[in-house]
Amino acid sequence: MLSLRFPISVEKVPLNVNRSPCPSSKAQNLSCSSCSRSAWQRAFAGATGLAAREEDKEVNGRMALTGDLVKLEEPLPSGLRWELMPRHVAVIMDGSARWARRRGLPASSGHEAGVRSLKELVELCGKWGIRILTVFAFSSENWSRPKAEVEFLMGLFERVIEFELQNFSREGVRISTIGDSSRLPKSLQKLLNKAECSTKDNSRLHLVVAVSYSGKSDIAQACKSIAHRVRDGLIQLEDVDEELIEEELATSCCEFPCPDLLIRTSGELRLSNFLLWQLAYAELFFSEALWPDFGKAEFVEALRSFQQRLRRYGSRES
Amino acid sequence: METESSVTGGYRRRFTGFLRKCMFSVLSMGPVPNHIAFIMDGNRRYAKKRNLQLGEGHRAGFASLMWILGYCYELGVKYVTIYAFSIDNFKRRPNEVQVLMDLMLEKIDELLKEESLVRQYGIQLYFIGNLKLLSDNVREAVERAMEITAKNNKLVLLICVPYTSTDEILHAVEESCQDKLDHSQAVKQTNGSTDHCNQTSQEDHEHDIKVVDIEKRMYMAAAPDLDILIRSSGETRLSNFLLYQSDKCQLYSPAALWPELGLWHFVWAVLSYQRSYSYFEKKRKQL
Repeated sequence: MLSLRFPISVEKVPLNVNRSPCPSSKAQNLSCSSCSRSAWQRAFAGATGLAAREEDKEVNGRMALTGDLVKLEEPLPSGLRWELMPRHVAVIMDGSARWARRRGLPASSGHEAGVRSLKELVELCGKWGIRILTVFAFSSENWSRPKAEVEFLMGLFERVIEFELQNFSREGVRISTIGDSSRLPKSLQKLLNKAECSTKDNSRLHLVVAVSYSGKSDIAQACKSIAHRVRDGLIQLEDVDEELIEEELATSCCEFPCPDLLIRTSGELRLSNFLLWQLAYAELFFSEALWPDFGKAEFVEALRSFQQRLRRYGSRES
Repeated sequence: METESSVTGGYRRRFTGFLRKCMFSVLSMGPVPNHIAFIMDGNRRYAKKRNLQLGEGHRAGFASLMWILGYCYELGVKYVTIYAFSIDNFKRRPNEVQVLMDLMLEKIDELLKEESLVRQYGIQLYFIGNLKLLSDNVREAVERAMEITAKNNKLVLLICVPYTSTDEILHAVEESCQDKLDHSQAVKQTNGSTDHCNQTSQEDHEHDIKVVDIEKRMYMAAAPDLDILIRSSGETRLSNFLLYQSDKCQLYSPAALWPELGLWHFVWAVLSYQRSYSYFEKKRKQL
């Protein structure tokens, strides 16, 4: 009988140290039984190049013969460790218009080039086991851009989603949108609903697209909703806590609503009203690359930076 | 009798002060940030680096804060917010929490002395956060400091202790709900049960909680929009600080540990802000 000897001792494998708790949850309160199971899976993964999924179900036909262990679809670049990969990555896709201007092209060319970057990022996230990718496609402030540019962007969203819908299903991508959809053209609203419904059972990667979104409005509507429920006697004031507010945010559609890593391209050092509550403990990475130039190398750089950071959540390492 | 080195040191200080004033004169020809916030990270690492006791690291951090406050005052910044103690920091070892609370008491006393910057510069102290979580003696010192400095108006120093942004938002929601419930009770008692049908729709409108109701109950409603958020020690995360207020502000995370943060970091932060200012103004006018 073969005996398996793990080169990596289970105790030394970091357990979820890089996973962002939402502000209402406590990272330290992981249950011991789930820790030890995850630790065993990660030790085995490190030894064999296989990766462990945390849930016990088939993932779009990608379950390996070894039970709930699946093969990573593409090996991670050197220097990246599977057990330190972020679970949820958020991206502010900035710089498309500037990219076009530098080339003497219209802004529309920049946005189209940006779509190619997004497709590559979605593919990489899927291959490398990142569960959720949230992208800031259009902010509530962007409505004040020139009308022609706004109309072009709305049209671009429709074309891309229409075109990619079949791919999403084939690739196991679930699509959701967050933001004030009432301001979007009716045809786009209808298409987004259709995309959400038709992909809701996909589980390889959850792509959340923030369109007409404002982090402040997200918090405000959550607070208002809770306040009205208190007013109407549906909940008691004493029952209102941070977890309840989080459940009312637009990101409650996600399994892990809070990003571990936020990437902003184009060198700007701002959050621009994106996911404010949800970014409480996220690591922020600012890339100098303009969005259409953000590719695999730049993403790996962001992931390397993320993996090197020590996350303390207000306490101290002993 | 003055030694040659102390005379030279005196000249050097005066010259450095003169250079700094010239630099600030140039900076103030451009837009000056009205509100700067600091996450003062790195005191403990500083102490470890220099083989000092933990408390000495925090004391060095306090000295750094006084310098930064001086720069803000000289440049004309009106509001400075500092993340002195997060609610999450209560998870630290009890002796470290006690060291921090004792240091806070010591420094509040120092700040209220005649010769301190607070008195010299006319700084108003504002303690922001869930003060009920503080021990009685610290809370009393905090309230006393706010009372004594209430009439100062040259610069407002908002000290977040103990604070998290999500707790601030939660508190604002709770207060809004409580106020509306109290108002609703008062109206019912005054009006009785007559004309109930007409009053129901009117009451609904009055009881409708608006975003402005929640915003005005946030601890940070005392300060204007945030212009720059600076976190020292090279960490780039917000750690649950001013999430709601940082939607448009400039972020800056120098690698220097907090006690090492100096004039050049401050100047660089202001220059970055000024470079992006035209962009910010355009966005503000559009909204």
